[in-house]
Amino acid sequence: MSSHTLSVLVEDTPGILARASALFSRRGFNIDSLSVSSTEYTGLSRMTIVVNCDLHPLEQVTKQLNKLVNVVKIVEMDTTASVQRELLLIKVKADASSRTHVLQTAELFRAHVVDVSPDVVVIEATGDPEKLDALVKNLEPFGIRELVKSGLVALGRGPRSITDRSLRSVERSA
Amino acid sequence: MTEQMTGAQSLIRSLEHVGVDTVFGIPGGSILPAYDPLYDSATVRHILMRHEQGAGHAAEGYAYATGRPGVCMATSGPGATNLVTPLADAHMDSVPMVAITGQVAAPKIGTDAFQEADICGITMPITKHNFLVKDVREIPRTIAEAFHIASSGRPGPVLVDISKDALQNSTDFVWPERLELPGYRPVTKPHGKQVREAARMIAEAKRPVLYVGGGVLRARASAELRVLAEITGVPVVTTLMARGVFPDSHPQFVGMPGMHGDVSAVGALQRADLIVALGARFDDRVTGRLDSFARDAKIVHADIDPAEISKNRHADVPIVGDCREVLADLVVAVRADQEKGRQGDYEAWWDRLNRLRTTYPKGYDVPDDGTLSPQGVIRRLGEIVGPEATYVAGVGQHQMWAAQFIDYERPGSFVNSGGLGTMGFSVPAALGAKVGDPDRVVWSVDGDGCFQMTNQELATCAVEGIPIKVAVVNNGNLGMVRQWQTLYYEGRYSNTDLQTAPLDERIRIPDFVRLAEAYGCVGLRCERPEDIDATIEKAMSINDVPVVVDFSVNHDAMVWPMVGPGVSNDNIQYARDMAPDWEHQD
Repeated sequence: MSSHTLSVLVEDTPGILARASALFSRRGFNIDSLSVSSTEYTGLSRMTIVVNCDLHPLEQVTKQLNKLVNVVKIVEMDTTASVQRELLLIKVKADASSRTHVLQTAELFRAHVVDVSPDVVVIEATGDPEKLDALVKNLEPFGIRELVKSGLVALGRGPRSITDRSLRSVERSA
Repeated sequence: MTEQMTGAQSLIRSLEHVGVDTVFGIPGGSILPAYDPLYDSATVRHILMRHEQGAGHAAEGYAYATGRPGVCMATSGPGATNLVTPLADAHMDSVPMVAITGQVAAPKIGTDAFQEADICGITMPITKHNFLVKDVREIPRTIAEAFHIASSGRPGPVLVDISKDALQNSTDFVWPERLELPGYRPVTKPHGKQVREAARMIAEAKRPVLYVGGGVLRARASAELRVLAEITGVPVVTTLMARGVFPDSHPQFVGMPGMHGDVSAVGALQRADLIVALGARFDDRVTGRLDSFARDAKIVHADIDPAEISKNRHADVPIVGDCREVLADLVVAVRADQEKGRQGDYEAWWDRLNRLRTTYPKGYDVPDDGTLSPQGVIRRLGEIVGPEATYVAGVGQHQMWAAQFIDYERPGSFVNSGGLGTMGFSVPAALGAKVGDPDRVVWSVDGDGCFQMTNQELATCAVEGIPIKVAVVNNGNLGMVRQWQTLYYEGRYSNTDLQTAPLDERIRIPDFVRLAEAYGCVGLRCERPEDIDATIEKAMSINDVPVVVDFSVNHDAMVWPMVGPGVSNDNIQYARDMAPDWEHQD
């Protein structure tokens, strides 16, 4: 089993999130993370789906996903050929005695403090999942109140765009 | 040019635009606005069914008979949920179909309103696509897209759910000039290199087989298939879904593969060194235990649906494309090879297959107690009625016997529920097939269990003047389940006796002859072998009303050959406890 990141270009129609995610569960896959956003085209959304599975089942689920009428294109994002990022918001205990250490740790990871209260700070960090895991691990000793992560998003490196050749009939908006 | 009308009128106008001539359905609250303009339509005939499931299967039968999408209509909530079974059936068997359902008014969606059900959510995994229409202006475009999606690529069912207010609001009718489906572009043209590779493998193989599935029927590629078979000399097997696509009488036909397939067909696949799968999907009922299926065979797999290729069995040469184009291109590639002197030699292979054919022909034991053998009834039905008729089976023993003992010569002459295995399919699907092709004799070959699930559609047949003929192969039991109880549950017949043909003097519940008469049909009964021919001929002579024949048959007959569930095809039983002697063949 290995982790795979799929970029899925979809028509922005009601129910598309349910269609895509239900397909994964129906075919026996667990989605590790899923994020959806608008794109440079009106009417098109881009899903980034991370699944943990073997190569053959991945090919099968990709083909099934491709059959969804509202799915325009699927590209697997290779880790070396793409930039992959997550956003982390983490609320850490930081009283007078620990605050300096917490802030130093955040700085080491190029993270920012986005909210401060007397005994806690909220830190925002972006990075690949390994970096964020390391940050969380380093903040753990101070006491983590809560944390939340966005799903992974990914973009291929270099000049090409996955939307380039797949969109004859969609109007460009940006 | 635009024209002001209600959403309901635009729906009916849209159906007329795409060439719909028949809708099978039942009205109800939310769909009611559509029924008003439907009442006036000069070109769309609505057939009032007795159950929405019947409407769905009738649409399937219509699609089989015409090659065009069948259309069914139902109201919201229970009307729509009753379509779930036929939609799933059509999805499994790739039947083009459009289901139109009413939905509660848009502002009420999500409030648990009366007769509200999220039918788009419910049918998401069992439709090729579905639409929820809440804006009256979207009706024509959605109908155009629904018919395009249902009938192109790998065909399948599409559901269009329309809110009641969208049907009631008024709009300017605008028929879409072109469709905008950027995510839907089925590949129909096969890759030339792959086709040439397939042709090369056919020439080099020693033991090739053409494994022909329902995709060849959907692609209407029988003629091309026949040419390929004849120029190559390769043996042909046709799956349950492809019976008749290649004529049974053809010398290169070696049978139907699968759990109840012919020994020759199962053996051909098992011993092949090349399987050319055409519009077939390596279903578990064909492969038996997958890891022991055709171990020595290379696979060429042609299918219009890329997701089918290498799903169950790895394809050495994948070909994505419409089977008709694939076959046509293959013929060209094979001929080019042959001109260069590359031609397969399958003489030794044919010797082996011919030995299998002659050693293990289709057969059955005639009961010695004077009761009717169901296989004999079905065989005579096929012989007397002939290959021009359409035979529509339900699911179970009678279905397998109908697949085995009727000789199919014509594509589409055998209609059944293969993938989903839907009991109750036969009567409404036969109704739909008769409506789609009224000049053809249509026989429903049904079982007593199946028949009781949907026989209320006999009322539809009688009232609407749809004279189908029904042969109820009545063994008084859920026969296939009973067969498994005989084989795998020590003959403990838990809940399989239906009492429709008791062996003692008890009354039949129901009496199918009286039931037929109650529905305005002619009811006939046949209980003795010597009456079979006369009964079938009597049924054939009645063409103004539907006919139901109760063939009360032996209770213990079993379907053979059989590959047990989860067992390798190598262990096929020709008859109970009787395995073919493969070694002798080799």
